[in-house]
Order: sequence, then C-alpha cells, then structure tokens
Amino acid sequence: MKFLTDISITLYLIAFILSILNVYKTTNKIRFFFNLFSISAFLIHTISIIMRYYDIGTIPITNMHESSSFFAWSVFVIFLYLHYRYRFIVLGTFILPIVILLMVTSSLLYSEIRGVSPVLQSYWLIIHTVSAFTGNASFAVAAGIGVMYQLQERFLKKKKMTELFNKLPSVQILDEINYRLITIGFPLHTLAIISGALWSESSFGIFWRWDPKEVWALITWLIYATILHLRLVKGWRGRKSALLSVIGFLAVLFTYFGVNLFMESYHTF
Amino acid sequence: MAIIVVGLNHKTANLDIRERLAFSPEKLERGLQDIKKIPQVKEVAILSTCNRVELYLHTDNNSDVYSDIEHALSNLHQIQREQFSQHLYKYEGVDAIRHVFRVAASLDSMVIGEPQILGQIKEAFEISLKKKTTGVVLNKLLSSSISTAKRIRTETKIAEHAVSISYAAVELAKKIFSTLKGKISLLIGAGEMAELAAKHLINNGVDRVVVTNRTYERACALAEGLKGKAIRFEDFFDELIKIDIVICSTAAPTYILTKEHMQKLMKLRRNRPIFIIDISVPRNIDPEINSIDNVYLYDVDDLQDVVDSNMQNRKAEAKKAEDIVLQEVEKFVKWLDSLEVIPTIIDIRRHVERIRDDEFEKMRHKLTNLDDNTLKEIHYMTTAIINKIIHPCIASLKENPEDSKTLVAMIRRFYGLDS
Repeated sequence: MKFLTDISITLYLIAFILSILNVYKTTNKIRFFFNLFSISAFLIHTISIIMRYYDIGTIPITNMHESSSFFAWSVFVIFLYLHYRYRFIVLGTFILPIVILLMVTSSLLYSEIRGVSPVLQSYWLIIHTVSAFTGNASFAVAAGIGVMYQLQERFLKKKKMTELFNKLPSVQILDEINYRLITIGFPLHTLAIISGALWSESSFGIFWRWDPKEVWALITWLIYATILHLRLVKGWRGRKSALLSVIGFLAVLFTYFGVNLFMESYHTF
Repeated sequence: MAIIVVGLNHKTANLDIRERLAFSPEKLERGLQDIKKIPQVKEVAILSTCNRVELYLHTDNNSDVYSDIEHALSNLHQIQREQFSQHLYKYEGVDAIRHVFRVAASLDSMVIGEPQILGQIKEAFEISLKKKTTGVVLNKLLSSSISTAKRIRTETKIAEHAVSISYAAVELAKKIFSTLKGKISLLIGAGEMAELAAKHLINNGVDRVVVTNRTYERACALAEGLKGKAIRFEDFFDELIKIDIVICSTAAPTYILTKEHMQKLMKLRRNRPIFIIDISVPRNIDPEINSIDNVYLYDVDDLQDVVDSNMQNRKAEAKKAEDIVLQEVEKFVKWLDSLEVIPTIIDIRRHVERIRDDEFEKMRHKLTNLDDNTLKEIHYMTTAIINKIIHPCIASLKENPEDSKTLVAMIRRFYGLDS
C-alpha cells in the first residue's frame, strides 16, 4: 500500500508548512488546519501500518520500508503527546521534518510483501524491534527539542527577540522535556540491546559478535549513558546536554541507516 | 442630528490643565447631568482618565453647542474658559466616530496598545447608562468602539509584548523558566524600578522575594512592603544558591558579582538557570557572566532595546489596526444612516392611519345602523389594506440602499410628510 504512505507524506508536509507559517502569523485557522492535516496524516499512516500487519501476519518491522514507517509513527505519537500537553505548534516545525524524512525513506525503500525470513519469526521480534524503534523515536524527539533549546538559548543570550523566539517555549521547559525523553529512550534502547543479544543467543547460539550494528548500538548507548551520568552526577543541564542529545541522535541515525547502507552486517534486512 | 467629540489629551494639554478638567466620580455625575441639560444635547457620555478628558455627544444641531459645553465645563471645574478652550479638540460626524474608535483601540494612547483605556471606556459607558444620559446612538457608538477594540486585539499584535522595562523583565523570565510559580526573586539594593519589577514578578507567580541592601533597615522596610524576607548584605552571595531571579540596582561603583563568583555559584546550583537583571548604572554585575551557561544577564540597555523593538512592532501593527477602525467606522455610519429611515417609516404609518381614521369616522356618521361587530371587521379590513399599500415603500426603506437619503427625501415628498 505504497500510496497510503505517499498520501500521509503529503499531509505531513502540508502540516509542516503550516507550522512554519504559524511562526510568522498565528491564527486560529492555521491552528485548525495544522491539527486537521497532521491528524489525518497520522490516521492514514496508522491504517497503512495496520494493513501491513494483516498482510504479513506479524508486527510490520521486518525491513527498512516497514521499520522506518514505524519509526516515523512512533516519533509522531510522542509529538502528539507533547503537542497536546504543552500546546506549541512550533514543535511541529522541528519534529515533523524527522517524520517526513523517515516516511520518504520508507516510501523509497518500498518493498512488496514477501515471506518473512524464518530467523525473524519469533516473539523476540516484537520485543526487540518495538523497544528499539520507540527508543529511537524518543531520542529523535529529544534531538528536535535539543535543537529548539539551542536556538532559544542563543536568542536569550544574544538578546535577539525574533518571531521564533516569541513562539518557542522557555529554555527550562525544553531542557526538562529533552531530559525526560532521554530517560524514556535510554531504558528502551537498553532493552533492545539485551533482547537482541538474547535473541541472537537463541537463534545463533551467541550473545554478541561485535557486528557493526551491535557496535554502533553500543556507541549510541554510551552517548546517552554519558548524558544521564553528567546530568545526575555533575549537574550538566541546558546547552551541553541539548548538544549531546543531538549528537546522540546522529549516532542513532548511523546505527539505523549507516550500518545498513555502508557496512557489512548480518543485521541488515 | 450629529455626533460630536469635545476633549483634550496628553498631546494637546499638559498635566496641569488635564488635572483641572478631570472628573472625579462625584463630579462625573454632576457633569453628565449639567451637560444633558443643554437644550441641543440629546445624549452625553464622559471619559476621564489621567491622559484625557473627552465628552461624547449626540446633538440636535451643532451650531452653537460648543460654547454651551465650554461654559458648562468652566462652571463645573471652576476654571476660566480661556485657560482650557485653546487645548480642546472638536470632532464631528465621521471624524468623531473614528476618534472614539481609535481611543478605545488604544491607537490614540501615549503608549500605543496599552490595555487600560478599554476598561476606562467601558466604565464611562456604564456610568452614563446608569445615569440614563445616553440613548440609542451613543450606546451603539460606545459598544461598537469596544467590540472594535476587541477585534483589533485579536486580529493584530498591537497589545503583544512588553513596552515597559519591568514588563519586559517578566516576559523574559517566562522564556527562561517553565513557570514563575515557586520561583524566588532577590532584590539587591532598593530602587523604584527594581521594586516595580519585583511587583510584576509577584503578580506573575513568583512566590517569594528576598531583599538585601547595604543598609539593613532599608532592606527590612522594602521587604515588608513586598511581603518578603530581608537579609544582610554580607549574606547575599550564599543566598544566591536558592535564587532564580536577581534584580540588582545598587549604587556600588564596582562589580558586586564577578565571573569567578558566578562560575563557583553555578557549580553549587548544579547549573539551575538563573536570570539576572542589572538595572544599576554603573553596572554592578560583570557583563562577562552572560557567557556562562544557564546564566542570563540583562542590563538596563538590553531591556530598553527589547522595549524599543516591541514598540516598533506595535507601530507596525497599528497600521493594520487603523484599517480595521476604518472598516468599523463605515459599518457604524451605515447603521447611523439607517436610523434616519426609521422616523420616516413612523411618519408614513401615522399619515395613512390618520387618513383611515378620518374616513372611518365619516362612514360611521353616514351609516348609523352598523353594529359593533361589523365596525370591527371594517377596521380590520382597512388596516390590512393600508398595511399592504405601504408595505413595499417601508420594505424599500428598510433595505437601506446606498441612496437611502434620496429615497427618504422622495417618499417624504410623495406623502407630503413635511408639509
């Protein structure tokens, strides 16, 4: 159902453009249409995932097409929660590009349904992939928030009261959301690594084989562990934390795309 | 029939004159009554604020109403006419309507977009309603001006963002902290501006204020006024660990807080953000500390820049607001024109009914054998006939076409209403 993916990309894109317009001119109309387009995009996106589920008979995270769609979907769910909790459309300006890029990837890497490889047919699939991608989604939104923090902090320090400054929330809120998302993403990522190791043991008889995917997942884990450690022990917060969360997300992206595209790994689907 | 505005404001009269012409609540009641007594005045409302005194009038004929009004003002305020009459401005018709709308929308204010004026107009409106000195025209004028002001407020950014230094500080605080609730503010040194900023912070949720001063007694006095706590000047550095917002305005010739101090402090605070407002001249806080993470330092010039740029934005928005005023004035004028139609409609009805009544009487004298029931039926029938005959005429008047004035004039001639 590639066309469902493409329709939702278009709707996400319109919502993204509306969120940019909202920075310069806030009207109830723009708010209304932003909500309309983003929610419709999300509903169609959700339908496409559900249909895929019925088509392949298991959770549709078995290849790049499916997983990036699920990744994008999880990012949007978190966005939706934050949007309704804090009510700032400007969040869309920073989060929707991530959703759109992942959806475009999903559309480009579209694959017809073929039999799911036997190695994937296991209940580990659900635990491993769902925790990996919801964790990734938390890190993605944390990075978007981190960028917003960087901008707002610059505006405050340089004393530049731009339109964007007026729309962005306070640095403290951004810092808190950034931190909370990492505290959610970190255990999920940890669970993904552990479940992956156990799954590997049950199918191949070996927990860990220093495969590039495993190495990069571990590097990512270390970056976020560092963020949490510095925050809890050294009281690091604000700019440096926000910057590290962006770097962490780059590691997430490399683990996901880079390893599959540039490296030899048994973990490419 | 005319709408007239007579008044003076901060642009035409200095405070001295404005004070002498200002209406206290008691004077206002008397003023409304006295001016209502002027024969040509059909309706009156008075707006009196510290920046303006204005009379809104609906009059029969405006030829010599001004001198009567000046006379009344002179009597009311015990002031010679020559002393204030040169400061008065007078608007009539569309200009008067536009002026009222602009005042309500805060386009004529000293600080464009300031919110108080709308409340003051509402109050003036309520008092005149209570004293029954306004009628259809002024009631509509004032309520339209209020709704226009509200429309401008939602459709433009005229009232957005602080245009005073102390409000600018509050707005910045809101961009630093997630909420001002539970935050603690420290005042170093006592000054009027610092006190005002502290009050705004308290009004916006800041929980506690701590005050320090080189003279402990002065700190105590100020703390009492702000319901806060006073501490000794030597202790303020230790106190800073707990503080979120600092307002500094001492007369110290040197920095009382240096970068080294602040770096040490941020470690102790575990980098919790701190907002420091230094409104002292010369500055009391090393400007370099703004480069430390999670420290946001604003001096008086920074705040002034924020205020200036906000003021520029308001001026740009004021242009949009003027367009809205023009639109609404046009609507109001149209409504006003429709009013002129109504007396004509009443006149037509009265005219034809009189004809019917005359003929009815004649008939009754001729046909004496008719019983009451038949007479009632005939009355009904004639009413139906005249209603049907004058209906198209009244309907076309009520449509209120562009040329309603011409139409009204022609109809009055047809029926001989003015003869």
